[in-house]
Amino acid sequence: MLETLINGALVGALYGLYGLGLSLCLGLMRQINMAHGDFIVFSAFLALQVTGFLGIHPLLAMPLIALIMFAVGWAVQRLFIERTLGRGDMPPILVTFGLSIILQNVMLELFSADTRSLDPGVLGAAAVKLGPVTVGILPLLTLVVSVGIFAVTAKIFGATRFGRAVRATSDNEQTAQLMGIATKKVFANAMGLALAISAVAAIFYGMRGTFDPSTGPERMLFAFEAVILGGLGSVWGTLFGGIILGLSQSAGTLIIPSLGPLVGHLVFLVGLLAVPNGLFAKRART
Amino acid sequence: MITVTDLRAGYGPLPVLFGISLEMSRGETLALIGANGAGKTTTFAVLTGRIKPQSGHVTLRGGDISSMSPMQIVGAGLSMVPEGRQLFPSLTVEENLLVGAHCRRSGRWTLERVYEIFPTVAEFRKRPSTALSGGQQQLVAIGRALMSNPDVLLCDELSLGLSPVAVDTVYVAFDRLRSEGLTTILVEQDIARALSVSNRFACMRHGQIVLTGASANADRAEISHAYFGMH
Repeated sequence: MLETLINGALVGALYGLYGLGLSLCLGLMRQINMAHGDFIVFSAFLALQVTGFLGIHPLLAMPLIALIMFAVGWAVQRLFIERTLGRGDMPPILVTFGLSIILQNVMLELFSADTRSLDPGVLGAAAVKLGPVTVGILPLLTLVVSVGIFAVTAKIFGATRFGRAVRATSDNEQTAQLMGIATKKVFANAMGLALAISAVAAIFYGMRGTFDPSTGPERMLFAFEAVILGGLGSVWGTLFGGIILGLSQSAGTLIIPSLGPLVGHLVFLVGLLAVPNGLFAKRART
Repeated sequence: MITVTDLRAGYGPLPVLFGISLEMSRGETLALIGANGAGKTTTFAVLTGRIKPQSGHVTLRGGDISSMSPMQIVGAGLSMVPEGRQLFPSLTVEENLLVGAHCRRSGRWTLERVYEIFPTVAEFRKRPSTALSGGQQQLVAIGRALMSNPDVLLCDELSLGLSPVAVDTVYVAFDRLRSEGLTTILVEQDIARALSVSNRFACMRHGQIVLTGASANADRAEISHAYFGMH
């Protein structure tokens, strides 16, 4: 039982990582990206192509995939999302929803509907014994990398010139421009960063599970639940939100193996009713 | 320092400014006065690059800034304290000030210097900007604009929405800036206050400057006539 719960928490770290990119969009930039999950799956397919072509381990392909997805995020912001801002809540939702549908169909055309995964090599079966429980190296690595990425992201958005510029722009774009901030470039860089983080999440996702062009919305759902449970705009809250979600799912599987995801969603609903602003809403800045 | 030559501008097909011309030397304070709708806000919008002029030029230290973006204009040396303060609510007081220095223009204004001149602001540096009173927020807004080390500072309605005591505090601070030799254009509804803290004034009506002069010698009757267009 303890082993199941620990593994659930480790899966939760991955959910947190799914959510981090969305948290930057939704909480800090205050714009919704409905295609977030599809970009995660797209990154996984990209990693599959790169690892196949170069014959390298997915972890070695990670910097390249993150860099490509940064460029994709930058372009998506400048070409599509930027044009919808300042026109109410609906245009960004509709445009990114459209992007989601296009992306799913493009992936279906390019990669077919077959289920794929990234080969983790020896990491797939490697495990370490921690006292009474055995934990996989790959889930542990996911947690370590996630915590590292969360720490760097919190630092970037909480205590750097770029982070202040992003937060100032989301507060009041016109005044931010009067302070000399190139607001559109700042948001494009933030969106690039959000998708680069999603690329890292995608590689761990691809090594730990299977994906196909239709699995994006489910990633989006987990990401959304992690963000909302943790509290909008709270970077660390998203990690904890993801871990709570992972723990809930694994607790559900202890009751009935197929019940895991449902229990996760129920815990999210209860959390939303009990703490509508999320668990860490007061720490909204970092 | 800053020269505005025959500036014409408006919103789409609607013309608002009809040939504004101004010239200011280093260290001068100009009070731009006029009734609502006279064109003061539009003049500031053109000077800060938010509206492009239909014709005419704005030059800052000899360089034409008329076609620059708002971001480039801050870098060129013109900064603004916007109407209603417009502090960033999700940022602390200190972060608001640091955002003011985003353009990395070097000069004498640093965080320490702002805290020295506005000690009240230093006290609340780690607090959210929304936790401050209106007068304190206005000092932060002025400090934020100073952090870009401007050659010319535009102040839009410093007294708007503030209590009389807070207005006094803000204008004591403003007077200190004048003594530092800052070149400032001030838009203010309180004409007596505007004249008392400026060297010169320019009165606008219907998008034109209809009266200019030295603030010390301003004739109230003449200003009333220029302001409202009647005796």
